[in-house]
Amino acid sequence: MDIFIQQIINGLVLGSIYALVALGYTMVYGIMGLINFAHGEVVMIGAMVALTVIKLLAGSGLPVYIVILVALIAASAVCMAVGYAIERIAYRPLRRAPKLAPLITAIGVSIVLQNLAMLVWGRNYHAFPPILPVSEHEILGATITSVQVAIVLIAALLMAALIALIDHTRLGRAMRATSENPPIAQLMGVNINQIISLTFVIGSALAAVAGLMVSANYSIAHYYMGFMLGLKAFTAAVLGGIGNIAGAVLGGILLGLIESLGAGYIGDFTGGFLGSNYQDIFAFFVLIGVLVFRPSGLIGEKVSERA
Amino acid sequence: MSYSRIPSITLALAAAIAMIGCGQKEEPKAAPAPAAAAPAPAAPAPTPEVTVKLGHVAPLTGPQAHLGKDNENAARMAVDELNTKAIEIGGAKIKFELVAEDDQADPKQGTIVAQKLVDAKVNGVIGHLNSGTTIPASKIYSDAGIPQISPSATNPKYTQQGFATTFRVMANDVQQGKVLGEYAAKQMAGKTVAIIDDRTAYGQGLADEVEKGVVAAGAKVVAREFTNDKATDFAAILTKIKSKKVDVIVYGGMDAQGGPMAKQMKSLGLKAKFLTGDGGCTPEFIKLAGAASEGQYCSLPGVPLDQMPGGKAFGDAFTAKYGQIQLYAPYVYDAVMVMVDAMKRANSVESAKFLPEIGKTDYQGVTAKVQFDDKGDLKGGSISLYQVKDGKWEYRETIGGAPAEAAAAPAEAPAAEAKK
Repeated sequence: MDIFIQQIINGLVLGSIYALVALGYTMVYGIMGLINFAHGEVVMIGAMVALTVIKLLAGSGLPVYIVILVALIAASAVCMAVGYAIERIAYRPLRRAPKLAPLITAIGVSIVLQNLAMLVWGRNYHAFPPILPVSEHEILGATITSVQVAIVLIAALLMAALIALIDHTRLGRAMRATSENPPIAQLMGVNINQIISLTFVIGSALAAVAGLMVSANYSIAHYYMGFMLGLKAFTAAVLGGIGNIAGAVLGGILLGLIESLGAGYIGDFTGGFLGSNYQDIFAFFVLIGVLVFRPSGLIGEKVSERA
Repeated sequence: MSYSRIPSITLALAAAIAMIGCGQKEEPKAAPAPAAAAPAPAAPAPTPEVTVKLGHVAPLTGPQAHLGKDNENAARMAVDELNTKAIEIGGAKIKFELVAEDDQADPKQGTIVAQKLVDAKVNGVIGHLNSGTTIPASKIYSDAGIPQISPSATNPKYTQQGFATTFRVMANDVQQGKVLGEYAAKQMAGKTVAIIDDRTAYGQGLADEVEKGVVAAGAKVVAREFTNDKATDFAAILTKIKSKKVDVIVYGGMDAQGGPMAKQMKSLGLKAKFLTGDGGCTPEFIKLAGAASEGQYCSLPGVPLDQMPGGKAFGDAFTAKYGQIQLYAPYVYDAVMVMVDAMKRANSVESAKFLPEIGKTDYQGVTAKVQFDDKGDLKGGSISLYQVKDGKWEYRETIGGAPAEAAAAPAEAPAAEAKK
């Protein structure tokens, strides 16, 4: 039983990270109908910047929480700038182009960012300095670290804040209007360029937080880390219903749980025929099933094709 | 209004991608000199200059880029050194040129790059780094008759395919796996062992041999789990292993996974000891695992750098030029030297002419005295074990060497004259 609870905790932590990254995909898709494949790379840049700042300040004698806060602010600032630049340089000029064009620039941007990061931070792995006071807690026989508790709580908090922002603020209303019909929103006095830029900036700030979390939890950062994470988060967003904020959260948590339980029990279920090397097929089976029976995702709304 | 901007920005982006691509591969442009041909027989008067192209392949991008760059630096150092010596072979002055390629540790990319090197008419190939890329690429080199010396592909299959062109300057995983398995069962007192691998040709191959070694030493393998060479989260499989109450966990894979794995073991409260192969035997492992690395073990074919015949001199020269050695650098350096040594003895830089000489190599390298058996495997490869103490890999003991040679010989004797 304690093993099962441990697997649930593993899944929740992993899922919270997926969900936070998935938000970035889903926000951009919701507003522009564009899949921003460079989002995983923004997470990576967030992790790298945070790490660099922490390394710089680690010896300064400042309290740990101040160091983390400064790192987070720096990472968010850089990520926001990167997110803004990506939209301005790679997507805005193509806004009226066929849908395939921005998709290709998205992949291009992702490669450029990866290589830039490799030039700036090098090919080596970066270890997260052990400045966080990590303590292990026992819950019903399972172990969870303080960092993991923080990850789940912060992720939940940010998601709630984002949903509140979109549902209850003037900015949120403008975002929803832009999402529904950009030309009409513009006629109603919404500055859609500004709204789209803001969407990228907010998504990138979340990515910075996710980046810091990932590198703190796994104590590893690498210029390549955004790729797989981005792919998984994208899957999570599609699973929940891309374009839907609550869907991204649900999809992320679900994907984390499926992966963790899949890896833990697939061997026992299949009598050793499939091992934990097939942990991803569980997740993708669920994804295929969802897409066959609910093409718009678990809680995605049916949207008519937009031109 | 935005129409005019589209082309310029797209172009700028494309240019940026192109520039980055070039900068990172550092791929030398096609040699201006007439490509490497056979040296003109007995050319009169001034000695002609011939450019000899040596291919080098390792992952320069992706999660193992740090190891790949380390390999490439060592190859470059060897080539630079050779060029300052003004070597003459077959009456011609030889200028060596390194054609460095990136295979991303991906088997598909490995074969593409191999074909590219064949088309570029390289005289010999040093590489690849990973077994997973080396094995499929070796067929392409073999078909083209190009000799290949891998510094670090340890999967036994590489030299067992019956190709005359395959050599390696490191002990293979049959030897390493056996030692790891026995060490886990005996010295580390593991009655129950869990084995994890990354499903690459290297990781899987090593893990299979470890399993045999563990069983042969009388211990039990109670869990066999898997991950991949890009993963960072191992909580699920480690939790499962925790439920089986194991004494030792052996990981077949690289440092990028091994480090975080050791760390996650600790945060999950797993008390088992951790043992990994050469892929995890790096300073990166300690950096990534942090405090959790303390007391963990790894194995590395060969002996430690400071016990290698030319280890200290090589280490100093390399560190001064490129920084800390990651892992395979001395082996890459030896691989280049062994190939050039064969060229000298054959008095030819033609692949077909110096290939038979590689098999007869008797070269005192940095890492060991290099001699090949009839398959192209290093003779008498030994395995050393290390343990982390105070944040550093500390040498424990070397197993094998001469005895390993004797043990390996009978098994491979029937292979007869695969290489003349």
